[in-house]
Amino acid sequence: MPAARAARIAALHEALKHRILVLDGAMGTMIQRHTPALTEADFRGTRFANHAKEVKGNNDLLNITRPDVIGSIERAYLDAGADIIETNTFSATRIAQADYALEDAARDINLEGAKLARAAADEFTSKNPAKPRWVAGAFGPTNRTASISPDVNDPGFRNVTFDQLKAAYKEEAQALIEGGVDLFLVETIFDTLNAKAAILAIEETFDDLGETLPVMISGTITDQSGRTLSGQTAEAFWNSLRHVKPLSIGFNCALGAAQMRPYISEVSRVADVYISAYPNAGLPNAFGEYDETPVQTAGHLSAWAKDGLVNIVGGCCGTTPDHIRSIAQSVQGLKPRSIPTVPKKMRLSGLEPFALAS
Amino acid sequence: MSDITESPAAPATAVFVNIGERTNVTGSAKFKKLILNGDYDAALDVARQQVENGAQIIDINMDEAMLDSEAAMVRFLNLVASEPDISRVPVMIDSSKWSVIEAGLKCVQGKSIVNSISLKEGEKLFLEQAKKVLRYGAAVVVMAFDEKGQADTIARKVDICTRSYRLLVDKCGFAPEDIIFDPNIFAVATGIDEHNNYAIDFIEATRQIKATLPHCHISGGVSNISFSFRGNEPVRQAMHSVFLYHAIKAGMDMGIVNAGQLAVYEDIPMELRERVEDVILNRRPDSTDRLLSIAEKFKEGGAEAKGPDLAWRNLPVQERLTHALVSGIADFIDADTEEARAEIAARDGKPLEVIEGPLMTGMNVVGDLFGAGKMFLPQVVKSARVMKKAVAYLIPYIEAEKAKNLAAGGPAERANNGKIIMATVKGDVHDIGKNIVGVVLQCNNYEVIDLGVMVPCAKILEAAKKENADIIGLSGLITPSLEEMAYVAKEMQREGMTIPLLIGGATTSKVHTAVKIAPGYDSPVVYVLDASRAVGVASNLLSAQQKAPFVAEVAAEYAKMREAHARSQTQKKRQTLADARANKLKINWAGTKPERPRVLGVTVFEDYDLAELTRRIDWTPFFQTWELAGKYPDILGDKVVGETARQLYNDAQAMLQRLIGEKWITAKAVIGLWPANSVNDDDIEIYADDTRSKVIATLHGMRQQMVRGDSERANLCLSDYIAPKGSGVADYIGGFAVTTGHGVDEKAAAFEKNHDDYSSILVKALADRLAEAFAERMHERVRKEFWGYATGETLTNEQLIAEQYRGIRPAPGYPASPDHTEKSTLWTLLDAEKNAGIKLTDSFAMWPGAAVSGFYFAHSDAKYFGVGKIERDQVEDLARRKGKTLAEMERWLAPNLNYDA
Repeated sequence: MPAARAARIAALHEALKHRILVLDGAMGTMIQRHTPALTEADFRGTRFANHAKEVKGNNDLLNITRPDVIGSIERAYLDAGADIIETNTFSATRIAQADYALEDAARDINLEGAKLARAAADEFTSKNPAKPRWVAGAFGPTNRTASISPDVNDPGFRNVTFDQLKAAYKEEAQALIEGGVDLFLVETIFDTLNAKAAILAIEETFDDLGETLPVMISGTITDQSGRTLSGQTAEAFWNSLRHVKPLSIGFNCALGAAQMRPYISEVSRVADVYISAYPNAGLPNAFGEYDETPVQTAGHLSAWAKDGLVNIVGGCCGTTPDHIRSIAQSVQGLKPRSIPTVPKKMRLSGLEPFALAS
Repeated sequence: MSDITESPAAPATAVFVNIGERTNVTGSAKFKKLILNGDYDAALDVARQQVENGAQIIDINMDEAMLDSEAAMVRFLNLVASEPDISRVPVMIDSSKWSVIEAGLKCVQGKSIVNSISLKEGEKLFLEQAKKVLRYGAAVVVMAFDEKGQADTIARKVDICTRSYRLLVDKCGFAPEDIIFDPNIFAVATGIDEHNNYAIDFIEATRQIKATLPHCHISGGVSNISFSFRGNEPVRQAMHSVFLYHAIKAGMDMGIVNAGQLAVYEDIPMELRERVEDVILNRRPDSTDRLLSIAEKFKEGGAEAKGPDLAWRNLPVQERLTHALVSGIADFIDADTEEARAEIAARDGKPLEVIEGPLMTGMNVVGDLFGAGKMFLPQVVKSARVMKKAVAYLIPYIEAEKAKNLAAGGPAERANNGKIIMATVKGDVHDIGKNIVGVVLQCNNYEVIDLGVMVPCAKILEAAKKENADIIGLSGLITPSLEEMAYVAKEMQREGMTIPLLIGGATTSKVHTAVKIAPGYDSPVVYVLDASRAVGVASNLLSAQQKAPFVAEVAAEYAKMREAHARSQTQKKRQTLADARANKLKINWAGTKPERPRVLGVTVFEDYDLAELTRRIDWTPFFQTWELAGKYPDILGDKVVGETARQLYNDAQAMLQRLIGEKWITAKAVIGLWPANSVNDDDIEIYADDTRSKVIATLHGMRQQMVRGDSERANLCLSDYIAPKGSGVADYIGGFAVTTGHGVDEKAAAFEKNHDDYSSILVKALADRLAEAFAERMHERVRKEFWGYATGETLTNEQLIAEQYRGIRPAPGYPASPDHTEKSTLWTLLDAEKNAGIKLTDSFAMWPGAAVSGFYFAHSDAKYFGVGKIERDQVEDLARRKGKTLAEMERWLAPNLNYDA
């Protein structure tokens, strides 16, 4: 492992012992708000000028075609006080890029995404070495699910296999490490089986490279049923993924902080790793916009912090650098959650958890 | 198994897990056959039943030479993933082939158990496989098997498990709590002396492994132990139970055995238990012989006797209650309720806690399954029957407790989610839907006060106040009920009430509720489409958190509907009545000679043969009553609701048999056929006899007023089908009223008294179907015999249902003739109250409710149509013709007015 990365990872572990770390906020929201509005030509750049399909909306492609835009958003979050920024690679697997017929650009999108975030983080770390910044390589869920049939008439059908997902995630993991990330963040997990494929890909990548990076895991409870899209409860979700011994487990997206709290609380009770939480800025209004103000979001998250529920906080859809600034200020100096000792039991899961006492 | 299994509270922590092998092709011949035949639906049912019966983990094994085991494992697991009621529990991926296990691991999002790996082929492969198991995120069963073979002694068992443990924990990083050892259970009592200590060896090895290898688990295939007693289930079950009794004490915490293959240790006859114990514990040299000598005695009449699977009777009381509620089995409910009550009483709990605790836990399962579309209405109603019986059992205890409390000056406590007043409004007698909604609400712990049918507004309001109700629910089937509901809403407003009002029933609609009812009442008015929505609506309305957003959402939606409705109104242009009449259906009467009925006047049927009617039943609407969608008979084979539909159909058939055999109801009918001609475009004169000199009644028709543009379609009125008086053509009309309702209410009340809502609703639903069948049958006989215009007609029941015959039988109050008041004319003509015992209510609903009436039109062009909305000119004209005031007509025809009266 490059010595610099090893030192940064050690510093990350150390920092988590003492304080609540702050993640960045929404990338998509900021890209949409960019002025002047980005056009098809912006997304294409020179490299994809003659690409056969429309690519506007492929935000991850901007890593290659408008790195200035992505870099400036990342700097805005760092300036707001984010300790960890995510690479702009939410949809950068070849499976997700297939929508744009850009499968073969997947590697470069990840590589450039990692490099951009690395440069921005290093810039801020060197400005203020007392506040080191880390880069998390982001893995999105892709647009396919390994345990849900897209065809209601054939519940046994799948439009993606575990092995296909694993291969795509592996390509992504390799490029992100090469680009210089410090840790991985498998996020917005709708279907735990997809996440298992991502995690297996990450572990195989570690095997190949002979180095191991911390892995954050963040699921998505899709509504107030308290379940992921694929039907698992928060605890069942944790049981499914705890074998990877992640740096953290938690939830993001779909819910605002007000709705997310019970699930963070639930997983905080059962997981013997750090807890992350980065909700949306409330629930979308009738026009699909997020109305929660920075002060409101920060109010929720700092309350969780005070109640000892979280170690890493940030924002998802609808959050902006202003939200992150408020969140960072509100949790500053608050004691991070201490990791509980959980009784050793064989903890299994279907959609629901099951334990057999040892 | 109450002695060894902890009940699965969520999140479940068990001390012993019983893993069924019904979804194991090597363990279940039935499952194997289903998989080999590719019948995955039925195979899923097997898994579902296992989970419903309390399996905490399901073992899935596809090791069969005739199968592509890998493909079968993948297919089955993918299908299981789509069935939340199965996939809620973890799976055990069971195969002797690693490739099958790995294929399976790629299909499960949860944390499963791999069964199994071993050192059979050396350390390298063992570690490789173990690492993969770890990375796929599963626990693992390790067989006590090494390069030399299967461990058969205590020492070998312990050695191999210890070696495996160290490799897994130290070299592989496996969590010790995720390791399950299977130290091999072998058959005892085989006649070979070396085998006699096998059970002891397992038990002792278990003790040592648990003592020396922290956090690991011990499992085994329990049925192996009794292999030599194949064919003698009672002895096998006793052996399994005795073996487990001792093995669990030694630390065994998981076993592969079907729950049905376990006897309750305490229930094993003393003699058998002792001799089995001798065998298991190898207590004497002649143990095997002694067990063999008595084995035959226990064989007959044992668990092999065919009958309902009562294995669930061995579950803990909570699970028995849940099972009884989910499965709708009332046979044991009193005993189980008493057991739960005694348990709670023993710790100083109150009888009410039995309802709030164990019974509601079970009903919540029912509610969840119903909400998830995994249970269907007939099943839920059966669940309610069980619940009601349990509650009835508890009532004396609760009353005693209440009296005690009050005597002690304590408060009366609230025991439910809320109190709901339900009523079928004044003038309406239809209550099947209302009763179903009531049952579903009661299932969800709402107190339902059902005021019955034909309930005047004042009585509803008074009851709501007196009972301090949380919600009022109104139901109705006939169109005048819509007006009555709007009236109730206005009255609630006038009285300053604020509790929510729910609207439901066949003719009600969201639009009508939004446009006509909600504006009259400032507090929430919510339309409830069917029983499945009722609970969600009620719980939202009574939730402190959800009420405001829910009410706001509904109000916003209704406001939008009102706007849309207002807009659509302006688009629905009508033409004048004069223009509509000018565009009437023009039948060329010249030269036609309508058939003269063979029997003129009124014919009465006192006691019609019910058996004849059952053959005429149109079953599709019967299933709709129970919210089961699909066409009969296809619905019986439907993938989703087929099983429920079949059960319901069987219940219905069984009840029909009794209904006929025991003559629960009497079918009565009256028909009439008369000379008639149309007059003044829209009316029909009916004459006393062929001289057509004496008018005995005049029917007043309503005519379509929609703008037809340049289309050639006529603006229809029923009178168009009868030859005009001026044509000189002698035409005829008929009328009928039939009922199969006499005796129904008494029978339904008897069922309700016995807390059996299911049968109560069933008998009413059947009576309704019989009434329809009766109407259909009479119409046929009129066509063929009494009028005789279609003597040669030969149609199947399906063709009859599809109305592929000449002539129609429209009813007053229905689309072709929306004016309910015309029914009184028909009643006078038929003297239906005297001749068929059918009364008319204030709103012209028929009583008893299982009744059908209408007019017969014989012309070959006659077809059913809807009058639709009409203009004021027609209402004025109609009022004048009928000698009523405009206001009165507007009230009766409110749903049909194309203007705001």
